[in-house]
Amino acid sequence: MAETGTAPGATPVARPPALAVGPLGWLRTNLFSSWGNTLLTLLILWGLWRVVPPLFDWLVTSSLVNVASSQECRGAGGACWAFVAEKWRFIIFGTYPADEQWRPSLAVALIIGMMLFSTWRGAWRPWLGLVWLGGTAVVLALLWGGFLGMTYVSNELWGGLPLTLLLTVIGLGAAFPLAVLLALGRRSDLPAVKAICVGFIELVRGVPLISILFMASVMFPLFMPAGVTVDKLLRAQIGLILFAAAYQAEVVRGGLQAIPKGQYEAADSLGLSYWQKMRKIILPQALALVIPPMVNTFISFLKDTSLVIIIGLFDLLSAAKAALTDPAWRGFYKEAYLFAGLIYFFFCFFMSRYSQRLEVELNRSRRR
Amino acid sequence: MTGVQHQAPDTQVAIELRGVNKWYGEFHVLRNIDLTVHRGERIVICGPSGSGKSTMIRCINRLEEHQQGRIVVDGVELTSNLKDIDAVRRDVGMVFQSFNLFPHLTVLENCTLAPIWVKKMPKAEAERVAMRYLERVRIPEQANKYPGQLSGGQQQRVAIARSLCMSPKIMLFDEPTSALDPEMVKEVLDTMVSLAQEGMTMLCVTHEMGFARQVADRVIFMDRGEIVEQAPPQEFFANPRSERTRLFLSQILGH
Ligand SMILES: Nc1ncnc2c1ncn2[C@@H]1O[C@H](COP(=O)(O)OP(=O)(O)OP(=O)(O)O)[C@@H](O)[C@H]1O
Ligand SMILES: [Mg+2]
Repeated sequence: MAETGTAPGATPVARPPALAVGPLGWLRTNLFSSWGNTLLTLLILWGLWRVVPPLFDWLVTSSLVNVASSQECRGAGGACWAFVAEKWRFIIFGTYPADEQWRPSLAVALIIGMMLFSTWRGAWRPWLGLVWLGGTAVVLALLWGGFLGMTYVSNELWGGLPLTLLLTVIGLGAAFPLAVLLALGRRSDLPAVKAICVGFIELVRGVPLISILFMASVMFPLFMPAGVTVDKLLRAQIGLILFAAAYQAEVVRGGLQAIPKGQYEAADSLGLSYWQKMRKIILPQALALVIPPMVNTFISFLKDTSLVIIIGLFDLLSAAKAALTDPAWRGFYKEAYLFAGLIYFFFCFFMSRYSQRLEVELNRSRRR
Repeated sequence: MTGVQHQAPDTQVAIELRGVNKWYGEFHVLRNIDLTVHRGERIVICGPSGSGKSTMIRCINRLEEHQQGRIVVDGVELTSNLKDIDAVRRDVGMVFQSFNLFPHLTVLENCTLAPIWVKKMPKAEAERVAMRYLERVRIPEQANKYPGQLSGGQQQRVAIARSLCMSPKIMLFDEPTSALDPEMVKEVLDTMVSLAQEGMTMLCVTHEMGFARQVADRVIFMDRGEIVEQAPPQEFFANPRSERTRLFLSQILGH
């Protein structure tokens, strides 16, 4: 827009008036184009002025990092990062035995490693599922221990970030294929298959996650034969999987509905079987279409895992809360939640950015 | 009705419809259709919009189900037996008005997908075959592009190549040029003409009467779900027997 000057042989271009280009022009068109706009701009500036300096002061200028005791923090006007310095291990690893914490650290690193590896499209092969299966088994083995000189750690003691990530990763990994099957089933020509899928989806969607977790933890054992117990963590995990699958199934169905009938007919007329047609033609297109809403469910799922606190599991958020029960460090809520929030944000933001990139990449090849 | 008066290269029957009826709810789309197509025969089907032309040819590869009568394709009767349906679909290629290429796959992948998965052909061989057919429809240089990057005429030629890669014995065309800009109609018709000259059994729903004159062995006129008239093109155009055919021809050739 601001291109001026004369190309050789072209008619001279008149310079636009200074008020239309450059920083001044930008301000004029974007911030002060009308009375209403000017008013809004001023209001926002005023709001920023009221919020940012005190926030910065609390977060940085007046904050305390190195203190002899929590007492020093009490009177100060700033954030007490000393609390985080003192408690971060507990928030991240929960009640996992302190001198074994290299194991959950390694577990988290493994999970993050697999996440990063999966972002590479060259890895989108059937064996990627095996990588995740194997990786998750290694993570579980690490956490449990009881071999190679590692002491056994009961999963009642697992907590914090590894637990949150484990619930999320296993939950999404199991829920996604289930969701695809449910979505296909819901559009099936077979009345029985369709009825089961519709019934399941509507039932699970119609109930809050909290009650599913309660059912999983309290009612599920009632249905089991006497003597058979299913681990509390496993019950929570199953509840989470079913919940996520029902939501994701509807997202996938939205994508399936967007695929024109002609695609099905072309696949049929070439003699592809139902599963070949779905795998090669319909699902790749439908799933690419639903990346944004699907990532939306992924992100809320990661955060929803924090509800397992109600059945007594110590995920990241519960561990942050528990850290506050230490009498010496009672009351530093802001610091605890900010720290836990930042960790959640890190993972959610990563997913969100990645999905945006993926969307661009997949759409590039389908340009019309 | 006349049968095959031209040199029928083979007297074997490729497609046979006997007393075929179909309803959409209360609506009677196909009424007592009787039709025999011999191997190597080229048939053009025309008729007013809504007369059931698409429905009829879509019954031949079971994209639509008929409710009464018999349809036998290449010796296999179409019933709800899935194996038979698959067998028929392997032998019958179809080209659609709206191309229906797979937009997420390249042109080459569009062509190799079915040979690899349905015929279990090795990938290298499937690609060789695909390139041969892409050359035949004269767009080998587009093999690595995506369908969305091609013109309508090019897309339709890819769709024809995609069908041919399955080496079908019969090709069905449902108004293959109706969605094309006028300047692209010819390139697609040329492809179809050359296919016809090689002896492919073809059923083609089209209103391109020039094409019908040039290659058809028989022209079929449908109206309100019935086959009203069928005759070799010269006879059909010069001397239509029914009033409905005359009316239709005057409308479509009249201006
Ligand atoms: N799935 C369907 N459900 C109900 N009615 C249908 C369906 N498909 C087609 N019809 C009706 O059946 C009749 C025949 O349709 P068909 O598509 O076979 O006509 P056509 O001869 O191919 O017409 P055109 O030249 O417009 O393509 C039409 O009246 C149409 O409205
Ligand atoms: Mg039609």
